Amino acid sequence: MDVAIVAASMTDFGEHDTWIRDLLAEAGQSCLDAAPLDREAVEHCYVSNMASGEFEGQTGVMNALAHDLGLIGTYTQRVDQTSASGGAGVYAAWQSIASGASDCTLLVGGEKMTHRSTGEATDVIASLTHPVEYKHGVTLPSFAGLTARRYMDRFDAPRESLAEIAVKNHAHGAMNPHAQFHREIDVQTVLESPIVADPLRLYDFCPITDGAAGLLFCPVEVAAEHTDDYVVVSGIAGATDTHVVHERAEPTWMAGVAESGDEALAMADREIDAVDVAELHDMFTILEVLQLEALGIAERGEGWQLAREGVTTLDGDLPVNPSGGLKSKGHPLGASGVAQVVELYEQLLGGAGERQVDADVALACNVGGFGNCVTTTVLEGAR
Amino acid sequence: MSDNAASGDENDRPGLLAHRCPNGHLTYPGHPCCPECGETQTETVDLSDRVGEVVTWTESTATPPGVREPNTLAIVVFEVDDQQVRAIGQVAGTVEIGDTVEAVYVEQLRDPEAGIREPDSQRWDGYRFRRVD
Repeated sequence: MDVAIVAASMTDFGEHDTWIRDLLAEAGQSCLDAAPLDREAVEHCYVSNMASGEFEGQTGVMNALAHDLGLIGTYTQRVDQTSASGGAGVYAAWQSIASGASDCTLLVGGEKMTHRSTGEATDVIASLTHPVEYKHGVTLPSFAGLTARRYMDRFDAPRESLAEIAVKNHAHGAMNPHAQFHREIDVQTVLESPIVADPLRLYDFCPITDGAAGLLFCPVEVAAEHTDDYVVVSGIAGATDTHVVHERAEPTWMAGVAESGDEALAMADREIDAVDVAELHDMFTILEVLQLEALGIAERGEGWQLAREGVTTLDGDLPVNPSGGLKSKGHPLGASGVAQVVELYEQLLGGAGERQVDADVALACNVGGFGNCVTTTVLEGAR
Repeated sequence: MSDNAASGDENDRPGLLAHRCPNGHLTYPGHPCCPECGETQTETVDLSDRVGEVVTWTESTATPPGVREPNTLAIVVFEVDDQQVRAIGQVAGTVEIGDTVEAVYVEQLRDPEAGIREPDSQRWDGYRFRRVD
């Protein structure tokens, strides 16, 4: 059964005084308000979330959301794939409709993080690592530093090229009313910011963020009965790479991204060249480069050139992260993969305002860990 | 936490144990089955008395509770019988890509009580990498 998305929503990303239940309910209610289907139609209700128990001491958030939205009786589940929980939730929601198990599924991704110190939040995220990594104080930012140094050394990529990705995504985010940052920056700002994981600096990293995003899924036939404004999930696939990051033969190659991307495109019967706009998981600037290469958008060792050449800017041949990406929009872990699809839904339906690009085929790549878990989704306008 | 090797009883040291399956695949750490072929890993090779080469390194300044700051880390590759096996670890001093390093035992790499992970769930001693001049 072909699967459609008929409504999308997100809270502002940034610092909120409210908690995880409030954030999920806000995004979920907005999504239902925007939907062409009645609330009574919802049969499954999923929540993408990495660590509400660890951050806040609140577990069972999927059941809480179903109650708070008046969806008692629906089947619920919480989907955790660390930073890729959002993409995994999209996959779960797609499965529920494609299999016939549900005729209408609400997915809300969210995370509440900013009440914790940077060190505490970093530790919650680093708890996904293997004991032999964790005992050394390895963090996700330190993986980014290790990989960026290796990439720059192996491919002669200039340090500035990574800064140019942050500059691009901040320029995009400045046009997104929901983004955490609305400030354009220049290369100098990045290169003069404090070192976080040498050679990477503060502006190479996404911020710590509170926020939530929602999507409503149903069969294409049902969508077509109610509205002209829907998008189709034409391809979707998930994959994993090693849990222990140093066991990869080459740290700069994201095998899980390559596998999920290839499979999602094959399912959509599309080549990568057909993609008009992409949301990639730029938790760190280097990750945008590595995903461009693993998805086949750039040649191996050349991904750093695309922002520099203007290919991936809003008016380029393939705009990447028109939303501002995780870098500028913010990264509430479980919400991010859902918010990527929210942005592409708006882009495909012409609702992206100042950030609008011309697109018929869109791709989202959501990454957990340092490429440990990946979901790639291909979306298309109604055919 | 000192950069010097803590002595302790040498017999209690964990070693830096790479695990090998009957097909010759080598991993650090070990796994219930070989990630390459699925066979049970049956042998170990201690990397702590060998030298390796620095693949890449970083100096991390935003460290979590209980971790030294700054925390320099490196990925190191070891050659064992024509096979390569890699390990990650803290660095004692400084290193560059391509440096030859040895493993130096440390009794406690981070404060087990300060972080989110259950202290009893894993070991906290291990090896830092130090450049061999």
